[in-house]
Amino acid sequence: MVCSGPGTSTVTLYGEWTLRRLQPELKHLRAQLDAQDQNAAWDLRNVQRLDSFGAALLWHGWGRRWPERLEIGEALRGVIVRFADSARQPLPSAPGYTAGDALVGLGRVAFGFFAHGLDFVRLLGQLVLDMLYLLLHPREWPLKETSANLFKVGVKAMPVAALVGFLIGVVLSYLSALQLKAFGADIFIVHILGLGIIRELGPVLVSVLVAGRSGSAMTAQLGVMRVTEEIDALSAMGISRTQRLVLPKVLALSLAMPLLVLWTSLMALLGGMVSAWLQLDLSFAYFIDTLPRVVPIANLYIALAKGVVFGVLIALIACHFGLRVQPNTESLSTHTTASVVTAITMVILVDAVFAIATRSIGLPG
Amino acid sequence: MSAHVPTTATVPVLELRDIVTCFGRNRVHDGLNLRVEQGEMVALVGGSGSGKTTLLRHIIGLTRPSAGTVALFGEPLFDGGLKAQRARRRRFGVLFQQGALFSALNVAQNIGFPLCELGVASEAEISELVALKMHMVGLEPEHALLMPAELSGGMVKRVALARALALEPELLLLDEPTAGLDPERSSAFVALIRTLHATLGLTVVLVTHDIDTLAALSSKVAVLAERRIISYAPLADTIGLDHPFIHHFFAGEQGARALGRHREVLR
Repeated sequence: MVCSGPGTSTVTLYGEWTLRRLQPELKHLRAQLDAQDQNAAWDLRNVQRLDSFGAALLWHGWGRRWPERLEIGEALRGVIVRFADSARQPLPSAPGYTAGDALVGLGRVAFGFFAHGLDFVRLLGQLVLDMLYLLLHPREWPLKETSANLFKVGVKAMPVAALVGFLIGVVLSYLSALQLKAFGADIFIVHILGLGIIRELGPVLVSVLVAGRSGSAMTAQLGVMRVTEEIDALSAMGISRTQRLVLPKVLALSLAMPLLVLWTSLMALLGGMVSAWLQLDLSFAYFIDTLPRVVPIANLYIALAKGVVFGVLIALIACHFGLRVQPNTESLSTHTTASVVTAITMVILVDAVFAIATRSIGLPG
Repeated sequence: MSAHVPTTATVPVLELRDIVTCFGRNRVHDGLNLRVEQGEMVALVGGSGSGKTTLLRHIIGLTRPSAGTVALFGEPLFDGGLKAQRARRRRFGVLFQQGALFSALNVAQNIGFPLCELGVASEAEISELVALKMHMVGLEPEHALLMPAELSGGMVKRVALARALALEPELLLLDEPTAGLDPERSSAFVALIRTLHATLGLTVVLVTHDIDTLAALSSKVAVLAERRIISYAPLADTIGLDHPFIHHFFAGEQGARALGRHREVLR
């Protein structure tokens, strides 16, 4: 597409100078253009087509100025003129990152934290007000939505919760059995599994699972509803978004979580029982017989209470982040991640509070 | 540029042969044929649910017809290896109905994205080409840093058009280019597409409901009814046809007014 004999100072271009035609031999062409003499004369009369990419290539080849001797048709000249005109007005570039920005960023994080807290309290308050309103207007309870959510976060989570619980039970029992055998304290496996799983592991395990499974789904759902203006549509119809969207989720999860805790703990104990039987030759009958004697029933109540609290917490955090999603994909992904991470962190934090508050309840001896 | 020698004069830019599309039991297209020559501006019209957008999706290659072939530039769309198919796809640009801008990228990044992906242009060249495309579609340089969420409906369409033009396409596919724009913006956008068609020598296929757009833009009208193209002719000839859909489509009050405005086209 370029032809220039040595010694002659005229560069003749021919063929189609379009992105599609230039692409295969672009490297070679760039090198050829760069190698041309500054004062060479250019002949573009044989160029059949020139698109803006071709114009860009030539313009850069010419050192971003018109060559002194140039023969070119009017139509092609127009293409290059248009390119050169807009190339002279560069686009504004995004401002760079400075120390001031770092300070602003830090401040924004601090204020953002404050804003999150405020928003969360507002959501909680709105929810309480909604509950009070619903107590006076019992016909308006969002029962259908709650039931649908209950199925989604409760029933549908059962298989995976069972699998995870069972496997954790097996592993925990197996590892403990190895240690206990060395001390000849085989029968204490029931104490360890009973107390550990029912009081602590069951609720936390389910919470992590549910935060990842249902919390993220709730955030994403509310986020997309914000992007598609469905939430605004609800408000326009005079329907409270907390009442219709947030409350059913919170109610459903606060009902489903204790049941899931019960279910998962059961499966984990089953796994532990199987493992103890294989490892220590402890019969199922002995295990079941011993369990209520060594683990006070208060532990189960604590576990169920934890389930309710964690459920409310996960649902509230998920809804809080979901309602803050901005209408773009980046924001949706950030908020979904933030929702899950915050929910799990908060669950573990509150679990620690529970451990301290209930330290004198339900522990043997 | 409009005076260039067409190298593919004998090969149609787009050819649909015996297209059949079924959704379950519902047959949307049945033996549909269409042949678009280079430089044409074809408006595809039809009642809602007649499968206009589906047809457009076939042409883009997002869906495949149950039977029949879609040929672009003389080659079946799905012919050849991955490389050949990608090269073929780069020869057309698409303006989606909602713009379909990447919401995580700003305006300049959106327009430059196809060029960046192609990996042939330097950063300076991309930035200058983006500036050119923005100028072409009537965007100011200071719009470059805006995010799609901050744009008005008309601006979204302009940015999407600039992105569709990024790879210097020979064929431009427009899905409802003026839907959701107010009349003034709509006619400005139509004028813009007309100018681009004239300066770049593009072939344009557009789906539209709007008779104003139709009258102002199309060199030919393809009417999709009864599961096939029942007529493919200039607007003046199309109106003269005796078919219930055409009566219905053009005879309404709005249609009559729009045609009145564009009387010079019909002569």
